[in-house]
Amino acid sequence: MAEIQFDNLAHSYIKAPDGADDWALKPLDQRWEDGGAHALLGPSGCGKSTLLNIISGLVAPTTGRVLFDDEDVTALRPEQRNIAQVFQFPVVYDTMTVHQNLAFPMRNRGVAETDVQRRVGEIADILGLTSDLNRRAAGLTADAKQKISLGRGLVRDDVNAMLFDEPLTVIDPHLKWKLRSNLKLLHQRFDFTMIYVTHDQTEALTFADNIVVMNEGRVAQVGTPAELFERPRHTFVGHFIGSPGMNIVPCGIDNGCAVIAGRRIAIANANAALHRGGRNMELGVRPEHIRFCDDGIPVTVKRVDDVGRSRIVEITLADVRLKVFVLGNDALPDANPRIAFDPAYTHLYQNGWLAGEDAAHD
Amino acid sequence: MLELANISKTVGGQTHIAETSLALAPGAFNILLGPTLSGKTTLMRLMAGLEQPTTGRLHFNKQDVTGLSVRRRDVAMVYQQFINYPTLTVYENIASPLRASGESKHDIDRRVQKVAGWLKLAPLLKRKPQELSGGQQQRVAIARALVKNARLVLLDEPLVNLDFKLREELREELLEVFAGRESTVVYATTDPTEALLLGGNTATLHEGAVTQFGPTREVFYQPQDLLTARTFSNPPLNEATMVKSGNRISNHNGLSFAADGGLKSLAENSYTFACRPYHLLLSEPDAPSVAHARGKIQITEIAGSESFLHLDVAGHEWVAQTHEIRDYQINAEVDLFIDTRCFMVFDSTGRTVAAPEFS
Amino acid sequence: MIDRKPNPKAWLLLLPMLALVAFNAVLPLMTVVNYSVQETFGDNVFFWSGVEWFRQVLLSDRFHQSLLRQIIFSAAILAIEIPLGVLIAITMPRRGIGVAFCLVLMALPLLIPWNVVGAMWNILALPDIGLLGRAVNGLGVSYNFTQQPLAAWITCVVMDVWHWTSLVVLLSYAGLCAIPQPYYQAAKIDGASRWAVFRYIELPKMKHVLTIAILLRFMDSFMIYTEPFVLTGGGPGNTTTFLSIDLVKIALGQFDLGTAAAMSLIYFLIILLLCWVFYTVITRKGQQ
Repeated sequence: MAEIQFDNLAHSYIKAPDGADDWALKPLDQRWEDGGAHALLGPSGCGKSTLLNIISGLVAPTTGRVLFDDEDVTALRPEQRNIAQVFQFPVVYDTMTVHQNLAFPMRNRGVAETDVQRRVGEIADILGLTSDLNRRAAGLTADAKQKISLGRGLVRDDVNAMLFDEPLTVIDPHLKWKLRSNLKLLHQRFDFTMIYVTHDQTEALTFADNIVVMNEGRVAQVGTPAELFERPRHTFVGHFIGSPGMNIVPCGIDNGCAVIAGRRIAIANANAALHRGGRNMELGVRPEHIRFCDDGIPVTVKRVDDVGRSRIVEITLADVRLKVFVLGNDALPDANPRIAFDPAYTHLYQNGWLAGEDAAHD
Repeated sequence: MLELANISKTVGGQTHIAETSLALAPGAFNILLGPTLSGKTTLMRLMAGLEQPTTGRLHFNKQDVTGLSVRRRDVAMVYQQFINYPTLTVYENIASPLRASGESKHDIDRRVQKVAGWLKLAPLLKRKPQELSGGQQQRVAIARALVKNARLVLLDEPLVNLDFKLREELREELLEVFAGRESTVVYATTDPTEALLLGGNTATLHEGAVTQFGPTREVFYQPQDLLTARTFSNPPLNEATMVKSGNRISNHNGLSFAADGGLKSLAENSYTFACRPYHLLLSEPDAPSVAHARGKIQITEIAGSESFLHLDVAGHEWVAQTHEIRDYQINAEVDLFIDTRCFMVFDSTGRTVAAPEFS
Repeated sequence: MIDRKPNPKAWLLLLPMLALVAFNAVLPLMTVVNYSVQETFGDNVFFWSGVEWFRQVLLSDRFHQSLLRQIIFSAAILAIEIPLGVLIAITMPRRGIGVAFCLVLMALPLLIPWNVVGAMWNILALPDIGLLGRAVNGLGVSYNFTQQPLAAWITCVVMDVWHWTSLVVLLSYAGLCAIPQPYYQAAKIDGASRWAVFRYIELPKMKHVLTIAILLRFMDSFMIYTEPFVLTGGGPGNTTTFLSIDLVKIALGQFDLGTAAAMSLIYFLIILLLCWVFYTVITRKGQQ
């Protein structure tokens, strides 16, 4: 296992990049702690797959270096980097049995046959594939195949990191559950450095201890699930994490408070609202951090969606649309609904960045 | 109104669709919910006329359309894959169904512009599909289905290949676009939450058979049988086989609680007790009758405002979905509570004998 | 709108097609069948001879020999064309301008009419004036396909390989292009050798198209006539007389109509059997 580090890394798929738009991955420095469960989260085209392929060596970065435990591996080929990777669509060797599939990476590396047998047995047991060992891999279900591709990484003891490229895309929801918690258990058991790429915030949050949120080739925020959820540094993170995402509405500021439709709203980063120009200001608050109460701001309820565990209520405050979470057993307001914002989790953003924190960014 | 009367489909001795009768009304989404290979697509293809049923009749607005070719049926379909004509512009793609039916130039333009407006495609009309993002490509495909105002619109997991956030966005748009239209809309999905968000009516499918059909929330809260309840639960249902004897309900693994409240009237017998993960609580609720159990933490998954606790409860693999961020040590013991009114109880044949109330 | 009464007049619309099939296939075939079970001495006088002609053909050494030659020829060209085609397909570029160039180059031999191919190779290989013939003899190897059976065979096989390997290449190439990139990436990460990539990824994924290629080439080569006929005329002696050439010799050279008819029916049945195998394999693949 190794710590992975990017040193001023950038990548462009264009031969002579010119201007920021040509870079699929803008210059970045990033450290992935040894043995951590990391996630790379972002929409399609944000550069997350490029980043993953740079780690595995399938793509050579245009500039910068990749370090494994302080050793420069930028010039090494994928097979020299000792990386395991699980792809979006299960990759199995159709003509081989499950056993042969699992043994394949070890046999290629000339591992002694007794070790191969022992290791395959162990891993098959952990993944619940023991009863299928002698079956042909081609006939198995998508989730079993995905387990095989995972197993081909797990059998090796020389792996520096395991990379996952949206591994649950083709798996049904109820099996996704199983496979996801399996992965988490495996991480706890093996202490692998794991990097999990996905566009699905639930997968990223539940799997990882440390999440890198990317947007347009740039890192928007790095943090734990709780940090990303409670204090997004950028409105993009607020919107992208959470379902539904953060409510983000244009606002004015007045002496340490945000102002929406003439109403003053207390915010967490009050200092930032004291002495700033009022341009491009937005208020960000999650549906979870708005509640109905008797003495708040009057609103109109537009729609209620019941998703079982909770209800998502769409309201309007003057002409501002907001979404509010109401837990399963809490009652909905009847006439004259009023809301209150939780000041600890209500943030002010300027130019998209959390106000008072944007100094480091342009 | 699309009516399926005893429709079934057998191919080479294998039953793909067991005998099914459904009446799908316009005005709300009709959702087909079930895992991959449960027969959603086959059922849709039967509705479209792309396949002929082995038995049964298909009626559209009281007219028998069984055996009528697709081209004469006034059907539009959207697939998982983003299917557009690659060489045509977005405008021509959307206009294609109208051109085929020989509308006037003026009419075509008016309708294309209108539909493009609904789906936020107006600035993209001159582009080619491959220059668009996945979400935009699927919007074009949906626009093509909408523009001809077909009386039957079939959407086969249209959002499954999109990013999570785009899925959220487009789902809301779909709700708005189809609201108040005359078309009968059928929507297939594997995701229970998506079914709940789209509302309308839901048919749950299991291995080619419709297990229940009714208003979405009713099917969700009061499934008629265990298969329906399982299909309509994500995360999966927490289940245990229990025996009622006297005024105790217990099993061999050591789960046991008093048969209070509504459970009193249950006949002495063996049952499957189940509850949804968000009904498995970590603090005692204020309820007339509460079942208690001890569980061992296997893993905790934190997802923003909620956590999923994977538990070993007397040998059963259960999940608790809580609305707070809780990080527990592995193998920590916790107390678990269930309001007995939240139990779904199924008899040995899988039929529901008790299910939670809902409003 | 459904349950319309069947209209018997619709059958009339099928008549042109039925007539075409009748004149094209059924009538000629029936004529052949007619000849194959009768004996004639001209003047349209026929005697019933039952399966006599079939017995004669099936027991004749001549038929056995040309059938054997045919099978050896087909086996030889398959043994060369399939591996060679796959090898070329694997080394062809998958991206860039090289793709178009290679594809056009590969398609060229397929576009040349069969008799032209025969004539081309005939001229090319002539020992006294042909470029190839003179070059080979110039190297000190005695080569004269009009007189040496082995030289004639080699020339026939090389000519077929030149003409048809492209088909295998194009089919294999299509199969290779359909393999998703992650397979190659996973193999790299698993440390697989180039041979292992071929053996466990490319070959299994090409299985389908290769089956089609093998069957197509086998059927085609089994019916080959024009090219070897133009090149060698079945000689020297009978050494390159394949089934079809032999059939023409019997029918039009010796005018043994009964034997020829029986032989063509046997030949026809063999081809039909191959077609059936081909069809079954393809449709079964399609269902999977």
